[in-house]
Amino acid sequence: MKSVINIALPKGRLGEKVYDMFEKAGFDCPSIRENNRKLTFENEEKGIRFFWVKPSDVAIYVERGAADVGIAGKDILLEYRPDVYELLDLGIGKCRMAVAAKRNFRDNPARTLRVATKFTNIAREYYAGQCRDIDIIHLNGSIELAPILGLSDVIVDIVETGKTLLENDLVPYETIVPISARVIANKANFKFKSERIEAIVEGLASVCAENKA
Amino acid sequence: MTLNDNMLKSGEQAVFELRALYQRYGYTPFKMSKFEEYDLYVENKDFLVGDGVITFNDTDGKLLALKPDVTLSIIKNSKDGGEGIASKVYYNENVYRISKSTHTFKEIMQTGLECVGDIDVYAMTEVVLLAAKSLEAISEDYILDLSHLGLLSALVEKFSVSEADKKKIIACVSEKNAHGLRELCASIGADAEFCEKMTALISAYGKPAAVLPKLRALNAGAAAEAAIDELQTITEALERVGYGDRVNIDFSVVNDMSYYSGIFFRGFVDGIPEGILSGGRYDKLLKKMGRSSGAIGFAVYLDKLERFDEHENEYDTDILLLYEDGTDVCELMHAVSVLTKNGTRVLARKNIPEHIRYRQLLTYRNGGLEILEIGD
Repeated sequence: MKSVINIALPKGRLGEKVYDMFEKAGFDCPSIRENNRKLTFENEEKGIRFFWVKPSDVAIYVERGAADVGIAGKDILLEYRPDVYELLDLGIGKCRMAVAAKRNFRDNPARTLRVATKFTNIAREYYAGQCRDIDIIHLNGSIELAPILGLSDVIVDIVETGKTLLENDLVPYETIVPISARVIANKANFKFKSERIEAIVEGLASVCAENKA
Repeated sequence: MTLNDNMLKSGEQAVFELRALYQRYGYTPFKMSKFEEYDLYVENKDFLVGDGVITFNDTDGKLLALKPDVTLSIIKNSKDGGEGIASKVYYNENVYRISKSTHTFKEIMQTGLECVGDIDVYAMTEVVLLAAKSLEAISEDYILDLSHLGLLSALVEKFSVSEADKKKIIACVSEKNAHGLRELCASIGADAEFCEKMTALISAYGKPAAVLPKLRALNAGAAAEAAIDELQTITEALERVGYGDRVNIDFSVVNDMSYYSGIFFRGFVDGIPEGILSGGRYDKLLKKMGRSSGAIGFAVYLDKLERFDEHENEYDTDILLLYEDGTDVCELMHAVSVLTKNGTRVLARKNIPEHIRYRQLLTYRNGGLEILEIGD
């Protein structure tokens, strides 16, 4: 019996878009559209099984081999640096990792910069590249609040349209890196299921090409 | 006493098999003390897998370390032997490293071998074969991925890429990240031909017969050709002895190029989500240590086999034997020793413990055994 390919999808809007791409590529699983409390959805005939997980957990499932393939944002891959293959850029879920600050912010390089963020590794690496001394303030949400209340000088966060920033009188200051959804695969599992994982990646790549056209 | 397969954990069982395997090919055991001078690790910090080392002061004040690695000690204790001479040793030692998952120090059992001295193609092929055989001893369903850092550095050097960019490029190669590589090449203004060749290298993986022609087509110069020749000789020799169908070429298998130079390989077995064997040619390490010899070796990470027990014991014991207070000890002892004679596991107790799984429940009553229950 051939084993199943386990696919971890990120919960939420992005994940649904991603599933649409899988469906278009011929890797569908009708039961996923049913509204029920099931956690995993299998298409036995095609030998694939989908499951929804928290977007930031996808990389963990894949790195540890519970999922063979997963879809994760580049932000998560840069932050956690999982030891996985990054096989394809899906070109969806596009946004950027940026530094933002209050409109009237002026950087004083002589002072330690206070940076509030959820992405401490990305922020640390970015400022280390500039030899800048920073004070990292790790927050789990409402990052935009930090500069408003004077908790930090700047924030490092994902910016999609910049609308939330604008509403809070913040502006994007500099872009660190563009972000989009990537197809990742467990390195060891890829060795034993390479043909089938390749077929999935190729299918998704052609859907990407169609989307672009 | 004969050992029952079920009694050994996968890791322990593998140690016995691997030891015998390496001895058959003329490798001699290398035994080292738990401690090593800390300086050895500071000087070669990047050669180590992780960062942390457990250190302490000896009674004379000297700073010592609990060994995080065996290879460095083997190299330190070997001598440059001259032409045609290579020392072949294997080891089975505990090393102390920071675990990737718990971020705390962990004792890890490691087995491996090193061949130090004048390394020729036969010696290299033998090491790669032993790597394949080591994996085979652990599971029938294994894959050994081969790459060659000589080819990689020939490509990178031909197109004179800066040291910092080189690291990023290698990272893309190790992730099979072709789109990332293209972006990177565009952002650093790399040669279009270089970008094309590196992407080709990322997508060239699989059976040697299919991949080697693709590598030749890269036309990357004499150094690259020599690397491909080496890969070809090694894979053909493995094919000849029946290990061809388990060996792939894959350039996503890379390592720090300031220590490793030639052939590099990593082994995987189905069911374990990460590589369990890693090794290669590391002449550059010896050069850094002021030595003229070459070296090649590998390590098997036995701790990763922990979750791999194929036939995990379903039962805690075969027979749970109940007895009462006042039972004749001599008679009971005799009954137990008869029952255990053919390897059956017997747990003698006065009551049934919680959460225990047994095949049979027996009781010793009135000088005889009585079956109370069979199966669970």
